[in-house]
Amino acid sequence: MRHTISVQVRNEFGVLSRVSGLFSARGFNIESLTVAETLDPEVSRMTIVTSGNEQIVEQILKQLRKLIDVIKVNDLTGKDFVERELALIKVSADEKTRAEVLRTVDIFRGKVVDVTAKTYTVEVTGTEDKIRAIVRLLKPMGIREIVRTGRVAVPRGD
Amino acid sequence: MKAMSGAQIFVDCLKREKVDTLFGFPGGAVLNLYDALLQSDIRHYMVRHEQGGVHAADGYARATGKVGVCLVTSGPGATNTVTGLATAYMDSIPVVVFSGQVPTLLIGNDAFQEADMTGISRPITKHNYLVKSHKDLARIIHEAFHIARTGRPGPVLVDIPKDITAEVGPYEPVRKVELQGYHPSTTGHPGQIERAVNLLLKARRPVLYTGGGIILSNASRELRRLAERLRSPVTMTLMGLGGFPGDHPLCLGMLGMHGTYRANMAISHADVVLAVGARFDDRVTGRIDDFAREATIIHVDVDPTSISKNVAVDIPIVGDARTVLGQMLELLKRPKYARTKPADRTEWLGRIEDWKREARLAYPAEGTLKPQFVVEKIYEVTRGKALITTEVGQNQMWAVQYYSFKRPRTLFTSGGLGTMGYGLPAALGVQVAHPGKLVIDIAGDGSIQMNIQELATASQYNLPVKVAILNNGYLGMVRQWQELFYEKRYASVDMSFQPDFVKLAEAYGAAGFRTDKPEEVVPILKEAFATPKPVLMDFRISREENVYPMVPAGARLTEMILL
Repeated sequence: MRHTISVQVRNEFGVLSRVSGLFSARGFNIESLTVAETLDPEVSRMTIVTSGNEQIVEQILKQLRKLIDVIKVNDLTGKDFVERELALIKVSADEKTRAEVLRTVDIFRGKVVDVTAKTYTVEVTGTEDKIRAIVRLLKPMGIREIVRTGRVAVPRGD
Repeated sequence: MKAMSGAQIFVDCLKREKVDTLFGFPGGAVLNLYDALLQSDIRHYMVRHEQGGVHAADGYARATGKVGVCLVTSGPGATNTVTGLATAYMDSIPVVVFSGQVPTLLIGNDAFQEADMTGISRPITKHNYLVKSHKDLARIIHEAFHIARTGRPGPVLVDIPKDITAEVGPYEPVRKVELQGYHPSTTGHPGQIERAVNLLLKARRPVLYTGGGIILSNASRELRRLAERLRSPVTMTLMGLGGFPGDHPLCLGMLGMHGTYRANMAISHADVVLAVGARFDDRVTGRIDDFAREATIIHVDVDPTSISKNVAVDIPIVGDARTVLGQMLELLKRPKYARTKPADRTEWLGRIEDWKREARLAYPAEGTLKPQFVVEKIYEVTRGKALITTEVGQNQMWAVQYYSFKRPRTLFTSGGLGTMGYGLPAALGVQVAHPGKLVIDIAGDGSIQMNIQELATASQYNLPVKVAILNNGYLGMVRQWQELFYEKRYASVDMSFQPDFVKLAEAYGAAGFRTDKPEEVVPILKEAFATPKPVLMDFRISREENVYPMVPAGARLTEMILL
């Protein structure tokens, strides 16, 4: 089963390699990992998407908590949380497809953030399903490049 | 606030951590540290190879319960500590290794004697640090000691760039270590403890399965009281030997691959297993699905990641072994339990007696010199009062099968990593910790050659360790597996070319003895133990002797190959 884990870490040098090294050394799987500073510059928050059976996920959570630089581990799976991912998609846009690309971006409430004679670069934010859906629709028009942030998540409410 | 150099701060912090002994090897990046150490009364033992330095610090830590400290230079000095760190990590030994690093401005430039030590040591340390500024140095040193000795102990590496050791700046001693994300639990959950105690009282066939955690947390007294109160037999892992008296009527001996028949049969038929400070290692469990399959499992461990890692546990208890066993004993004293007797164990203890009679430890007497005989004689001559280190391989297994450990911190062996070459340098650390005691490394001819250079350290510092080589001219354990599982196709195990160990001992300023005759063993041991300097004993044993009993890798514990 897939799990979204939110991890607060001390913003120390090397902390990313400790976390990613833990996953690789024990054969755990990382689907995505994002990290950035929080309001407290000494603390960063990671969102890790991983998968495994119950026993493996329990080990992942315990092993994360065991790292000295890890302050707090919260498995959001099964809880009420908001998740988003951002994608930048560079898509071919010639005279024939230009209008269709714009319509699609509009439906997905995306934005065109860069334009050249032959391409649009589109920014779209949403859940993973939404990103997957727009990618599927834009694909026939020719996606040149795509870059995604991976999932970020935060629990709902107080 | 005083202005001090990084090197002076280093020495001051060591003093505050009550460090009086260092093992190390100098070099360019640590010149300032060594210079500052000259002004202190900290004793420094210069080893001959950095791996030996970490093993010696590890042996010192196991012998004393204090943090062992090792100091090495950058680059090759630091990379040579890798096996020592991994050894300490696998066995949860509190060690702090300080490595020099190239000056801050050169880091990342592939400078002379540069290696990314925090990167290299990350998976084999409990934690590690690269000191990035003078103002962080003191805090990091104290954090390193705190992390090494608390919770599940383990090695910590601190990498210190040379410029920081030279830099002079303000220094305020650190009063308190605070780590936001590090608060190891010590006390067990009272509800879980009560459930566990009830189960243990009612059990018809209980077994206490105890590991290195008993030794590390100094819980042997509590363990003995609990076993006697519950009338429950006790088995130990390799790391747990000495944690419960080997001659106690409730002692089953070691379990696992080369454990006793009765220990393996008992755990396989138990209805309740209390695991304390043990981690269900594959060498202990055999085929994991069949391990203690009839039992409800209670697991006490200070490290939550050890619980339900290999085996599903019914009652997990996170806490320090000594504290939790103490909580159990306290509970048993309360009015509710004070008069509760454990369920009748007569039948269970009787079955264990039967298993004991069915298959005792034994070896064929054929007139040639047997390794088991040598170990038995070491036990008899020392009356079991020596401190024993071992190498790894057949020597390690014969040592623990035929020497009975009655007290904690009397056996020093690389259990988890299985490091050949551990025994001699570890013996130096043990001897430094206990100058008046007899320290014996039970070795093989393969292992001893991996860190033989430390004989020079032994002679230089008058550390009169005794090395008993069980010499069969083979890498014996590998040969045994090739004999049993590869139809005697012996590949690269013949070590019949070897140095003349007697002459080698003399070359190193030690004494040397050799024999292949059983009747000469006791006289040699007596003479060796009376010799006030290091001794190397070359016991030429029968070459193809095997370690039995044995559970083949991956088989059930009940599928033992007996003699």
